[in-house]
Formats: sequence, C-alpha cells, structure tokens
Amino acid sequence: MAFITMRQAISDALMEEMERDENVFIMGEEVGVWGGTYAVTRGFYDKFGPKRVRDTPISEMVIGGAATGAAMNGLRPVAEFMTINFAFLALDAIVNHAAKVHYMFGGQIKAPVVFRAPGGGGRQLGATHSHTPDVIFAHFPGLKVVSPSTPYDAKGLLKEAIRIDDPVFFIEHHTLYQLRGEVPEEDYTVPIGVSDVKREGDDVTLIAYAQGMYVAMQAAEELAKQGIEAEVVDLRSLRPLDMGPALESFRKTFKAVVVEEGHRSYGIGAEVAARLQEEAFDYMDAPIKRVAQYEVPLPYSRELEQSALINVDRVIEAVKEVL
Amino acid sequence: MADYVVMPKLGFDMREGVLNQWLKSIGDPIKRGEVIAEIESDKATLELESQVEGTLLHVLEKAGAIVPIGANLAIVGEEGEDYSEMLSSEAPAEAEDESPPAAAEATSAPAPGSNGSAQAAPAVSSDYPAGVKATPVARRVAEENNIDITQVPGSGPHGRIRKADVEAYLTSPRPAAPEVSVPAKSYDIPEGDDVEVVETTRLRQAIGRRMTESKTTVPHFYVTSDVDMEAALALRKEINASLPDEQKVTVNDLIVKAAALALREFPNINASYAGDKLVRHNRINVGTAVAVEGGLLTVVQKNTDKSSMSTIAADNKEMIGRARDGRVKPEDVEGATFTTSNLGAFDVDHFIAIINPPDAAILAIGSAKKVPVVVDGELTVGTRMKITISADHRVTDGVEAAQFLQTVKSKLENPLLLLL
Repeated sequence: MAFITMRQAISDALMEEMERDENVFIMGEEVGVWGGTYAVTRGFYDKFGPKRVRDTPISEMVIGGAATGAAMNGLRPVAEFMTINFAFLALDAIVNHAAKVHYMFGGQIKAPVVFRAPGGGGRQLGATHSHTPDVIFAHFPGLKVVSPSTPYDAKGLLKEAIRIDDPVFFIEHHTLYQLRGEVPEEDYTVPIGVSDVKREGDDVTLIAYAQGMYVAMQAAEELAKQGIEAEVVDLRSLRPLDMGPALESFRKTFKAVVVEEGHRSYGIGAEVAARLQEEAFDYMDAPIKRVAQYEVPLPYSRELEQSALINVDRVIEAVKEVL
Repeated sequence: MADYVVMPKLGFDMREGVLNQWLKSIGDPIKRGEVIAEIESDKATLELESQVEGTLLHVLEKAGAIVPIGANLAIVGEEGEDYSEMLSSEAPAEAEDESPPAAAEATSAPAPGSNGSAQAAPAVSSDYPAGVKATPVARRVAEENNIDITQVPGSGPHGRIRKADVEAYLTSPRPAAPEVSVPAKSYDIPEGDDVEVVETTRLRQAIGRRMTESKTTVPHFYVTSDVDMEAALALRKEINASLPDEQKVTVNDLIVKAAALALREFPNINASYAGDKLVRHNRINVGTAVAVEGGLLTVVQKNTDKSSMSTIAADNKEMIGRARDGRVKPEDVEGATFTTSNLGAFDVDHFIAIINPPDAAILAIGSAKKVPVVVDGELTVGTRMKITISADHRVTDGVEAAQFLQTVKSKLENPLLLLL
C-alpha cells in the first residue's frame, strides 16, 4: 500500500494505462510541455512524447470534438478540460456526439473516450470558474459520470473509465487533489455505477460524493462525539446511479440527508431524495433533507464564498432536524 | 368548510363534561358566541358558546353524554353542505332521537387514550391520511403491530408521529383503566323502602374526591384565635350607610382583605407543597367558599391584597351571585392561593375546615358574638369572633400559623388599615 495524494493516484492511473495500452493517449490545454494546470500529467510528455501527450489549441470544441472522433476511430483518448467550467463549450461534442453515436448508429460505432475535468468551488476563482455543474453532465443517458472522493476510488475508477467502451465524464474536485489515502501497489479497478458505504452507523444516512463526502465524513465524526452515528454512503458515480447501498442504509436508519456541493435546485440531492421516497416510502421517518450550495453565483470574497458553500455545521444542523 | 363543535376545557383540571342539553336543533342558524348547549363540569353548569358560525348540521353527542374535553359534539357548516367525511369513524348519535336518555345510557368510559393523556394525544383531522400526521414508517410499524395510530402521541415537528413514538407506545404500559369519577363505594346500599337512594351530582362527587384526597394526604394542624370585632363592625356600618346595596361591604369582605394583607407578610402560607420544593405564589388570590345547590364552590378574588375594599365587595357579590345561580365562569373559581370559609351567619362558635389543595391553608370563620370580656381588669360586654386556621404541616408550623392569625387579628382590630 502506498499513502499518496489523489493527484498522484490519478497520475498513476493515467501512467499505468498508457503503459498498458498504446491506444491510450492524452490531449488538452497545457497537458504536455507544461505538465497540466494541476500537474497531473507532469513528466508524461518526456516519457511518451508529443504523439501520445498532445497539447491542443485553446479551444474546448477542438478538445471535445477531436477526442470523440479519435475514440470513434479506435483510439482511447483521455481528454482534459482545464476546468469543468470550460467544458460547457464542448457540450455539443460531449452530449450530442460522444454520448449518442453508439445509439444513433445502431451499435456499429463506439466512443470509448474519457473526459477529465477538475472543478468545484472554494478556491476563490470567481463565479464563472467555480461551478459544480456535475448534474448537467449526469442528466444525459449515454454518458457515464464519475466523481471520486478518495485516492483509491480515483485511481480505480479512472482505470475502469479508460478500459470500458462507454464515454465517461470524470470529475475531479480541485480541493481534493492534496487529499491522501491508501492505494494498493498492484493493478485494480473500481466498477463504475457502484456506490460504497464509507462509514457505518445506525442513526441517520448521509449520502454524498466527491467533496460532499469530505464534508459528510467530518460531520459524521462530529456527530459521533454527540452520540449520533451516521452512515455515510459515497455515490462515486452519478450515472449510472447506484441507489442500492443508500436504500439499504435508509431502510436501517429511516432518515437521510443528501450532501452535495452543487446548487440545491434540480440537484443530486433532489434525485436521490426522490428515489428514496419512491423506493422506500414506508421507511421514511422524517423529510429527506438536502445540504447544497446556496442559489447564488459563487462569490469571490473568501468569507462569502465559504458561507455559500456546504460545510460541516450545515450538515449537522440538517441531521438534527431529521433526528 | 364545516367545523366541529368540541367539548371545551372549562377548568384547569377538567377532563370531561356532561352535555346537559342542546339549546339548538338541527337546521338552526348559529352565530359565533351564541349559546348552543349547556355543559356540566365538576364545578358548575356552564354555557357552551359556539366558536363557529353557520347552521347546526349534525349532532354527534346526545344530551346526557359524558364527553372528554376536545371531543366533537356537533358539526356546524353551511346549509346543505356535505359533511359525511367528518363523521369518520365516530358512531354518530341519532339526531332524530329527541327523548332524554336515561342516565344509565350515558357512557362514563372516555374514549381510549383520552384519559389523562388528552394533551398528548394527536389531534385527529381529516386533512391527513387516517386522520393523523404521521411518518410513513410510523404508519407501517403501527400497522404491523395492530396499533391504532390515532392513539399514539406524536413528538415530531407539529406533533408528527414518528417511528420512535410508535415504538415507545408499544413498550409503554397499557393505559390504566379509566379513572372512575365516583369514589369507591364504601357502603352496601340496602334494598327496599327503608332508604331513598339519590344520585349525586358531579359537583358532590368532585368535593368528595378532593376532600378525601386533602384529608388523607395533607397533614393538617389547627390554630384558633379570638378577634375583637367591635371596630370592624362599626366601620362597616359607617361605610355601608352611604353605599347602595350592590356595593355594601360584608364582614367576610373585611376578613378576606385582612387575610390578604397578612399573607403578604407570610409567604409560606400563600404557598403550595410540591414534594421537595415549596411553591410560593407571587399573587395573593383569596377564595371564599360559597354554598351552592348540591355542594359548595370557592369564588376567587384575584390580587386580593392589591384590590380596594369596594372592588372586593363588588366582585365577590357578583361571583357569589353567579355561583348560586349555577352560572359561574371558569375564571371565578380558579387560582385560589388561600381560602376562607365563613359560617358566621349560622351562629357557630367556631369550626375547622379542610384545606383546599393545592393551597397550604384555609381560614374558618365563626360568628361575631356579644360575649363577656375582660378589658383593663374590668368585666364588660364585647364582640368577639373566633377564627381557625387549618394549615399544611409540610409547609408551615404552629408558630408561623399563630403569628399569621395575630396579624389577621390586628388588621381586623384596626380596620382602617384595610382601607389603605
């Protein structure tokens, strides 16, 4: 076992997959000579050269379109958007092409592309560069959407994303790059579309993913000091959404709080809450609560930004309301 | 939208009331505040004023029924309105039946769960599934355990019944048998013509219950003192000479005021025993026992120590009048912190009274009589009245009770103090 950062885990996954399969290549803005804006691909250009580590023009339409085209022609591109905020420019390539070609051409064509995109709030990048728009990408059938909360999951999920034949949108929360965790030395993958119970408890179910998991786990530790044992379920994948562990937990605790960094309206929490009440209505003992980002363009001011984002206190407050 | 008329809570310890008679018939228009029925509580017969306006659509309880507080008595709404949903599971009384039901027909068993836990029981409303606000899992657990969820008290927001409430209900001891309002029979009623058996009123039963409780649980002790009433009677005569009848001051009014002023100096006597604590009442509310048909009631002068003699006289006159007419208001008989009982009009030397819980003491007043007295070593004729305090020994002791009597005595013997 190695105790490494999520940045290192993602980098290792890319490195190992490129070594394993020569069809895997990387493309994006500043991913080559510069080594990536978040330094995930540092050293890759020297090792694999410009053919497999391609710096692109500053055009997300090029990144999305070229990566999808390369995938349709048999390669396994890992395209990086410098941030998820810029991926909006490539929505047509992602949603209309990558996510649809397999279906539109009756299975004759597949698009095994991986789009990597760091995102999220909390780093004072201003309203337009701080989105957590995960739910937008998760809305469309045909595109798998993954967002890990630990180095272990990040490495295993990215390897799986590269290996499967479906297009995958892989969201990395930029505040988690420094998060450390244990990662096995040997090759492994984590299946996409499988949720994971990260903490067991009988009193309330917290459902989260990515940075929301980080907040939920801290809240669970605080609650434990007060004698409240929260079970924390990590969704890991937003599409396909595996509700199994969340439902099993809810049928045990009868109360749930969904924690997500994105905005509350039409969010992951709304989806999860709806499914809980549809599937486990007779187990509900309190309204299902959502803890999410306030409905404002995320402020630049540090204090204002932090107050608009989710935090441990808000999760604890929500838990107290349902208990 | 039709509304229910419910059995009102007309006293702080009222749990149920007798629906004596309906004063309105089905189809009658009803205004807000209009008297629509006569209710009998432990303490008095009261008028039920409607809180809703409309037409009397349906009668759920017949005259003579004993009904827990908060339970539905009738439905009032717009003429022709469909109220069938409001009948729910309740067995409706036959509205056509105009004949007065025999007393034996009246059910004395309150609805299950309403006894003692009336406040905790959930409000049943047609707005929610099965009539109660409950979480889905609470409903399921109740159903699985064959529990009537309407009987489970809810602890959630706005009284919502939650799973934990159902589980607590499951494990709680079954509610005790409904409390019987009639004290246990202590005497086998003989058969035949030698006796006449009379049904007791609820007031009589309530007095029996309270006095039994007081005399068997409160350790009483008694102190008697003689009061020279010469000056007080003279003052009263002087005041009343210039007052119309409805404002005339009684001897009892003077004693009530004297007791109130004395209580200011003896907070332990204006108190209630509460286990390991003593509750001293910041207000001094002196009650006066009033003989009424079938028993007695205590009418209460609020803030007696701060009330003027004329206010005390006028209020007491009004309250006593209402009590004797059986039209007492709930506020007339509530909140006494000390009680006086006066048999002065019946030529009694002295008597001792039973404390009226939760008061700590009661003052029994005999007749003011002309008696031989010794003044400055000379035998002469004076006016004396014996007063006897019964006090709760858990709260106070003989010395304090005697000092209290001395204070009452000194106020009555210097009656101008009562007018300050």
